[in-house]
Amino acid sequence: MAKAVARVPLKYRLDVAVRALAAVGGAYAVTTLAVTALALTLPGRDVDVVLASTLTGLAVFPLATMWSFAARSALRAWAGLMIAAAVCGGVIALQRALGGAA
Amino acid sequence: MKEGLRLSMAWLHTWSGLLVGWVLFMVFACGTASYYRDEITLWMTPEMHQASLAPVDQDVAATAAQRALEQRGAGGSRWFVTMPTERDPAVRVGWVPKPNKGQGQGQAKAKGRRQFGSAAVDPATGEELGKARETRGGDFFFRLHFDLHYMPVFWGRWIVGVCAMFMLVAILSGIVTHKRIFKDFFTFRPGKGQRSWLDAHNASAVLALPYHLMITYTGLVTLMFMYLPAGLNAVYPEKADAFYADLNGGPARDAKPSGTPVALTPLAPLVAQAREKWNGAPVGRMVISLPGDANAQILMTRQESQGLSSQQPSITFDGVTGRLLSEANKDSGAMQTRGVMYGLHIGRFAGPMLRGLFFLSALAGCAMVATGVLLWAVKERPKHLKARLNSNSGGVGFGLRLVDGLNLGGIAGLMLAMAVFFWANRLVPVGLAGRPELEIQCFFTAWAIAAVAGLAWPVRWMWRVQLVIGGLLFALLPVLNPLTGGAGLATSVAQGKWAIAGFDLVSLAFGAMLLWAAKRLGKVKLAKAPKPQLDKLDKIDEVAA
Repeated sequence: MAKAVARVPLKYRLDVAVRALAAVGGAYAVTTLAVTALALTLPGRDVDVVLASTLTGLAVFPLATMWSFAARSALRAWAGLMIAAAVCGGVIALQRALGGAA
Repeated sequence: MKEGLRLSMAWLHTWSGLLVGWVLFMVFACGTASYYRDEITLWMTPEMHQASLAPVDQDVAATAAQRALEQRGAGGSRWFVTMPTERDPAVRVGWVPKPNKGQGQGQAKAKGRRQFGSAAVDPATGEELGKARETRGGDFFFRLHFDLHYMPVFWGRWIVGVCAMFMLVAILSGIVTHKRIFKDFFTFRPGKGQRSWLDAHNASAVLALPYHLMITYTGLVTLMFMYLPAGLNAVYPEKADAFYADLNGGPARDAKPSGTPVALTPLAPLVAQAREKWNGAPVGRMVISLPGDANAQILMTRQESQGLSSQQPSITFDGVTGRLLSEANKDSGAMQTRGVMYGLHIGRFAGPMLRGLFFLSALAGCAMVATGVLLWAVKERPKHLKARLNSNSGGVGFGLRLVDGLNLGGIAGLMLAMAVFFWANRLVPVGLAGRPELEIQCFFTAWAIAAVAGLAWPVRWMWRVQLVIGGLLFALLPVLNPLTGGAGLATSVAQGKWAIAGFDLVSLAFGAMLLWAAKRLGKVKLAKAPKPQLDKLDKIDEVAA
């Protein structure tokens, strides 16, 4: 048993841990931002906008999770999520600014 | 690059599936049983087996419901009426009782569950149906599959939600990693160890793939505002109640009583009025808020068997004058989408044939999860055996042993516990205080013993022991049924009571299947696997891992 543990290099374990963090916490953060951005952007009645954005969010989450493990390196996984988060954050900031002005 | 994606997704599929596999198996198994929630409840109340209710007109049923509620729920803040359907010919009434001043309500709130009163009444007369034994019946499995038990509902739902998201990831990554989805569908190579398990996993997964995707995604949809409140918070900041009022229509949850007592208007004419609006489609549910108060309102929702969507049109009436207050058609694209998703998950629209198909697909889902976690252990074992041969020390590793034990307790143990639940229903004396909870304790005790035994002896003979016990318990349910006051197979078939007969027949088939599995396990000898095959398995591992 001890031998089997030793065979897995620490670098590999760290890689998995960093990706797992991205796949759960990072993906949830990106999903939350994406849903918020959509909810502020989509046209229509309030109740419909909430439904449409949340339903979309349930599909965004697994895609972000899969990306976290599909990316060639753990660093790229996080970079991808960061870019997505930045885009969503930009949309939110823009909508809030426009909404505030109007 | 393409191969790289396939490999990384294979890895993700393996681990996201394995980590939550045992919870998922329970959720799938109990969810599968929930398709026949009403039938299970009927079987578990043998006092009702001889009752036969003639179908009545909806306005008669509404009058009966009103009479029953005026006797029981007077002064309550809300009344609920579920109208009779083909599957359940009784009228079900519920009420939030008049608040008892002081600690009574505080206690109920602290538990996280509000106290409700409920009764099943004869739709023709409004009389309560013959006192049946107290039991949670099919509702137990239904609640367990998303609320869990012995913990606050909040945590149960979050745990199940996280597991469901793992499941969605496992399904999607499983699709990406699958090379020959069509060819594998027709491939089954029995008696070939790991290959057979892989084939069985592929077949059960691909066979009902649209169903698995649908049920997992829609399951998340049912509780999505809890899991992903971002959209709600962005558009309705700190006004969640307003959102739900927009979503569901009807009177706001926090409507205040005026304090002036006024009699509730008769429900029957309003039912007729609502049906006229819906081209004769029946009313499914009524919610009466503040009955007997000047601010009373009546919300009627169309019966859910009238379409895929759970978001049925509804009408709100003034509870005193009977004036039509508002209509909600819920026909926007987003509302229909969500309604259909929700409706697909709970499947109330499904007639007998479609319900049967859903049940079989869900069984395939159980098989997919079970073969998945078993496959992991089967794949892992040769590595451990090889390591043991090389190092000449120790047994199989801790991880494999743990998975073996959890597989045993989580699959064979759960099925055994479900059978024990049905036996407890008939053997725990009627009229005992806290009877429903006792039945549930029997279920969890049996499951706990099976799980501990499985972890202690995660080996083949323990599988056989648990499968044989579970198989016998299920197979003998049709014998137990007439002996403890229920309608036996001969009676139920002769009288055409297919809900009861169906339960007995499915139990028999299920018991036979478990016994067959136990018998087969006795035949195949692990030791028979010749050594060269171990090397071959290693190669398969390297490709797959």
